[in-house]
Amino acid sequence: MSTLSLTSAFGLLLKRDLTLAYRRRAELVNPLLFFVLVTAMFPLGIGNDPVLIEKVGPGVVWVAALLSALLSLDAMFRSDYEDGSLEQFMLSAHPVSILVLAKVLAHWMVTGLPLFIAAPLLATMLHIPGNAIPTLMLTLVLGTPVLSLIGSVGVALTVGLRRGGVLLSLLVLPLFVPVLIFATDAVHTAGVGIPTTAQISILSAMLVGSLVLAPPATAASLRISLS
Amino acid sequence: MREFFAMGGYAAYVWPSYALALIILIGNIIAPMQQRKKIVSDIARKIRRARNEQK
Amino acid sequence: MNVFMRWFHKMGSPRYFYTVAGKMIPWFMTSFVILLLFGLYYGLIMAPPDYQQGESYRIIYIHVPAAWMSMFIYVVMAVSGLISLVWRIKMTEIFVISSATVGASFTFLALVTGSLWGKPMWGTWWVWDARLTSELILFFLYLGIIALHSAIEDKRVAARAISILALVGVVNIPIIHYSVEWWNTLHQPATITKFDKPSMDISMLIPLLLMALSFKLYYGAVVLMRARAELLERDRNTRWVQELIEGDAK
Repeated sequence: MSTLSLTSAFGLLLKRDLTLAYRRRAELVNPLLFFVLVTAMFPLGIGNDPVLIEKVGPGVVWVAALLSALLSLDAMFRSDYEDGSLEQFMLSAHPVSILVLAKVLAHWMVTGLPLFIAAPLLATMLHIPGNAIPTLMLTLVLGTPVLSLIGSVGVALTVGLRRGGVLLSLLVLPLFVPVLIFATDAVHTAGVGIPTTAQISILSAMLVGSLVLAPPATAASLRISLS
Repeated sequence: MREFFAMGGYAAYVWPSYALALIILIGNIIAPMQQRKKIVSDIARKIRRARNEQK
Repeated sequence: MNVFMRWFHKMGSPRYFYTVAGKMIPWFMTSFVILLLFGLYYGLIMAPPDYQQGESYRIIYIHVPAAWMSMFIYVVMAVSGLISLVWRIKMTEIFVISSATVGASFTFLALVTGSLWGKPMWGTWWVWDARLTSELILFFLYLGIIALHSAIEDKRVAARAISILALVGVVNIPIIHYSVEWWNTLHQPATITKFDKPSMDISMLIPLLLMALSFKLYYGAVVLMRARAELLERDRNTRWVQELIEGDAK
């Protein structure tokens, strides 16, 4: 009887999730569309004052990213929970936190990573200065995985609940706030030409920290939710 | 005495603070008391009902 | 050490905890009331007005102890959660939810009294600086814990779920504490540290410490009261509870 190595298990799970997502690829574009639409709402609502729009630009993009992440989080474990495969993962011989990492990575690649593609378009809509656009894209690439990782803990805690959606927002948004604060600060700072090493370092630290700490917490939460 | 209540003109800020503190302190004492009473009476009622059914 | 370990072990037994806690609560309550009265007397009547802020500074005797409690209770809650997850002790599981409401209440009190103090002093009810924002986040964390606990029907599962949630949020506590050092904030920096001489006059410091201690005793009383109620609820079908209730009914 052959046993799977941990790397193969990780790779297999990642490929499985990506394949499943690809089969519903019409739905893949929804978080991205939501992101763009919500961002577009703000200038329409605030009025056509370019100075004001430029001031709130980075914040608006990032709040939209937060909301988009929140909306797509539920899908992380939902279908696996409903058809019972989640329980099977928990029974596996491999450490659940690594399997969780594979699922979170797949989820981020499908819902979070595409957001940074939209960044130049959004920057134009919100009059974000050109020299801040690379920073905006960098904060999105660094920050959205943190959202997926921290969010995975919240999803794991609420996956068994019937109306877990709103509760998920309440649990997870307070934990998102530091990412929001440092990411928008980075973009503002870059816009005026000051180096952003401090903010990017802190965002990177958050990424590394959540990479290490979130999967075990999610694994423990899954164990509790499924008990 | 009047000076004490006036709090140097800041009465509108100081006294509501202390009042809110009092409300919160009392509330957090009453809530568990009521919770416990309710649970005890619930359980007592179930015991009585079970005892009546046995008769 | 042996005596302590035995006592700790016994406290894990629900029936023993219920009785002992019931006896401890009156002691906590009376000492809380005594210290509260002393603190209020020294704070409201004996302490002189501040040369800069006049009488409005007296809000400090509510605001600062409440803020300290909001953080202290969260840490106690997170530690209980950690112990309950690692060692699966029922009583520590119960302590997590028993602390949540009173912790949220103190956070709310700190936020509101802070606003009431900020309006005459800084001219604004609220400002989004690091300390106020992180304290507000703490309030939401407490609410999340309460909400998650009530959303899960099986209370044993609920207790373990909120233990994880409490642990995840504990990173906020050092942020609150050090926020006034790491950022330029409107909120004033710490005046009381463990090692330095405090920059507050002793006649103002004493009532502050009295109030802080009295709030801690209050928390001791209230958390035990709620823990007893939660324990009855969770163990309602066990024999010791049935015997206890029947004994009371006679």
